[in-house]
Amino acid sequence: MIAQAGNIGDAVRSDCFVRLELKEQGGICVNVRSKVSKLYGNQINKLCREVLKFFDVRHAVLSIEDKGALPFVIAARIEAAIHQLIITDQTYLTSLEDGNSIATPQDHIRRSRLYLPGNNPKLMLNAGIYGADGVILDLEDSVAPDKKEEARILVRNALRSVNFYGAERMVRINQLAAGLDDIDWIANEGVNLILIPKCESADDIHLTEERIQQVKKDKTFPVHLMPIIESALGVQNAYAIASASENVVALAIGLEDYTADIGAQRTNEARESFYARSAVVNAAKAAGKQAIDSVFSDIEDMDALTKNIAESKALGFTGMGCIHPRQISYINQGYAPNDAEIEKAKKIVNAFQIALENGSGVVALGSKMIDPPVVKRAQKLIDMAVLTGKLSKDWREAYVG
Amino acid sequence: MSDKLVKNAAGRWIPEMVNGEKVIPFKGVGKYKPEGNKMAPRISSCADYPLDGNKQVKNLEEALIRAGLKDGMTISTHHHFRNGDLVANMVFDVAKKMGVKNLRWFPSASFPCHDHLIPYLEDGTISHIEGSMNGPLGKFCSEGKMSKTAVLRSHGGRYQAVQDGEVKIDIAVIAASCADAFGNANGINGESNSGLLGFALADSQYAEKVIVVTDTLVPFPCVPWQIQGNYVDFTVLVDKVGIPEKIVSGTTQVTKSPDRLLIAEMTAKFCEVTGIIHNGFSFQAGAGGTALSIGIYFGDIMRRKNIKARFARGGSNQYLVNLMEEGLVEYIMDGQTFDLEGVRSMRENPNHVWTSPFTSYNYHGKGNFAGLVDVVILGATEVDVNFNANVVTHSDGYLMHGIGGWQNCLFSKTVILPLPLFRDRIPVIVDEVTTLCGPGELIDVIVTERGIAINPLRTDLIDKVKGSGLPVKTIQQLKEEAEHICGKPQRPKPNDKIVAAIKWVDGTVIDVVHQVADQ
Repeated sequence: MIAQAGNIGDAVRSDCFVRLELKEQGGICVNVRSKVSKLYGNQINKLCREVLKFFDVRHAVLSIEDKGALPFVIAARIEAAIHQLIITDQTYLTSLEDGNSIATPQDHIRRSRLYLPGNNPKLMLNAGIYGADGVILDLEDSVAPDKKEEARILVRNALRSVNFYGAERMVRINQLAAGLDDIDWIANEGVNLILIPKCESADDIHLTEERIQQVKKDKTFPVHLMPIIESALGVQNAYAIASASENVVALAIGLEDYTADIGAQRTNEARESFYARSAVVNAAKAAGKQAIDSVFSDIEDMDALTKNIAESKALGFTGMGCIHPRQISYINQGYAPNDAEIEKAKKIVNAFQIALENGSGVVALGSKMIDPPVVKRAQKLIDMAVLTGKLSKDWREAYVG
Repeated sequence: MSDKLVKNAAGRWIPEMVNGEKVIPFKGVGKYKPEGNKMAPRISSCADYPLDGNKQVKNLEEALIRAGLKDGMTISTHHHFRNGDLVANMVFDVAKKMGVKNLRWFPSASFPCHDHLIPYLEDGTISHIEGSMNGPLGKFCSEGKMSKTAVLRSHGGRYQAVQDGEVKIDIAVIAASCADAFGNANGINGESNSGLLGFALADSQYAEKVIVVTDTLVPFPCVPWQIQGNYVDFTVLVDKVGIPEKIVSGTTQVTKSPDRLLIAEMTAKFCEVTGIIHNGFSFQAGAGGTALSIGIYFGDIMRRKNIKARFARGGSNQYLVNLMEEGLVEYIMDGQTFDLEGVRSMRENPNHVWTSPFTSYNYHGKGNFAGLVDVVILGATEVDVNFNANVVTHSDGYLMHGIGGWQNCLFSKTVILPLPLFRDRIPVIVDEVTTLCGPGELIDVIVTERGIAINPLRTDLIDKVKGSGLPVKTIQQLKEEAEHICGKPQRPKPNDKIVAAIKWVDGTVIDVVHQVADQ
């Protein structure tokens, strides 16, 4: 009985490849080949034995080809091999980072969210340092079919042991129904938000939510949902999806699959998806949720990205996925309110506050009357400016109109 | 080597003797001042040289024979051809053929292309190397297989050692892309351009015999003469001195790694908010991918704020040349030329100035340029909580890099090391460096992707960075963060055997490298 897990090859970094053979007798034999063996050889050996003991493996040969993997990776790879050979519902949980059990509010800022392939530990380690509002550990398209199982374990350990420096921790599960099984592995590990790919109906939301409720131990810890609309049918049902549950916090659109579904080419001008994007924004806003745009796939062309963000913002989107860290600062900047918008909003909110203080029901700016929805929008913009660090919370103290 | 060890001023235990010669322990920065005179080469007479100036001999073998090659000599070469050098290998091929033994190779640096010489180290043709070692040569030395002790020096330290007579070069072999039969030579013309030849300056001035090897021989005069024929004994024409595409090495590409770009951006921002980037300032960034991108970020800031730099110190490359041609940098003070754009600029632009280890780095001179630079960006393999840094060995004890101009540059006004907090699980910020190459008192700022540590001695920088939003932490905090992520490494127990001595810029021994421990 032999099992293998992990990645091997010259280009592999911060990962390891394990080969586990169960034996009838002879005790445990651990062979570690590591590029960091002079510094961490003993610790790696100890961890290997600890994980085997945890799963009550008594006779085995475990070989590890290590490329500087951190303990949470090594443990995930060994566990993945063990799960192939023995049936167990035990899970070997690695250390929990301080920040990784913090919940996020429903209206958390979600301008940028960085996609991370779920079976690539190297990219996870520094994912939190670039200032993305969220990180997505992806179990879907970026994971090869034969790596789905080991990726779940790696993602689970990453949710516990990687410091994402305050970024919202998201997981994209696989398309339902397979995606429902993914939930079992992550629901209790502090995940803030689950992305449901290729979502087409309110039923998908209900199924996802049921599964979460079944497995989640701490019922008070919120797990938000972000369905991704990637088909003509999904667009058609967008409002039903957005309003299917209070846990749905945002609707995202995925244009690669959507354009394929309607039989169109995806172009930079994006006229082919204008309707879908507007429909998704409208459905999201009708249900009081955020609307999140599709990723921009050219990671070299920053001018095109900037233009794309401006158009997206103009349509009503509040954020966009990132497939490379370089895109984050452009996206954060692009969706944050700009200086002119902030100045205008400050005037309106200030006038409103003065009206309140004077006990007047009428808000006026100069000779112009300001309607309540205008005040509401201005207040939202100010909140966003404060949250994105562009405006101090007590800006009014220093404000001279 | 004597077994007796003494503790130097940096607290490191070093031997009293290296390769049978007494050495001076490091005494502290600026503390050791030698007395006496510089080394003076023998007087030559024109009567011994052809009056028509034709010093060309048939081939390298004849040149080496006529230069008197014999057992135990010191042979020097330069590294301007980087990983495309063919000449050092040719020299020792001849030595091997002649059956000469026990040579000391004294390169200004070695590269992976010199792995060719490992069999000669094994069979005793070469007894040891005094110069940088990386890759397989570094591994060979680290595992204690070299019969004598290696000695590593900075570029300035190498000039100093030759000038002071600490290393007496018997035969200098100077490869050049262009030369005349009299021995005038440069790296600008011909096929195998290296731009400068400054690392061979000391060799030409002080060696007993000097051989110029070229693949492009032009009639007198070969101008400009970076190497003056008046120092040269023999000239040799060969098919090829170097492989042009390898002269530009892989370290001269801008990084694409998002982590490194982030570190580069933070470094540039640090220099902006502290006012280091100001009108008329000067900077030096090395050839590494991170350093190159810092240069690009500097350019952005200078453009945005309408700031011009008076000069930039090279290694020159296309990015630096672009800054000068755009008018953002007035002068490039070049020490080595990393790409063909650098060579072109040097050929065409009088503001692209040649420098040498003598002008830039030599510590036993009447000043040098290093101290004039406002900010220098350097690398390191490790930094400890006292800001001491290591640039030659990795944490596992293997000798993997040369010192280059690194030690010399520490005398610049602000020294910044942009470094990842860890590499492949190995923390870069540690309790104590494996090998001490630069004392912490000269190292001002460490920029990592997870925070910036400023040397407590630099209270001025600590004040200036306040309110900038940059993530300033103590170096202790950074060290703990690295260990939290990676785990605290076990400390490899080095073997007692010393395999290399690390010289400080003044010729004293600042530390030694021990043979790596068996796992």
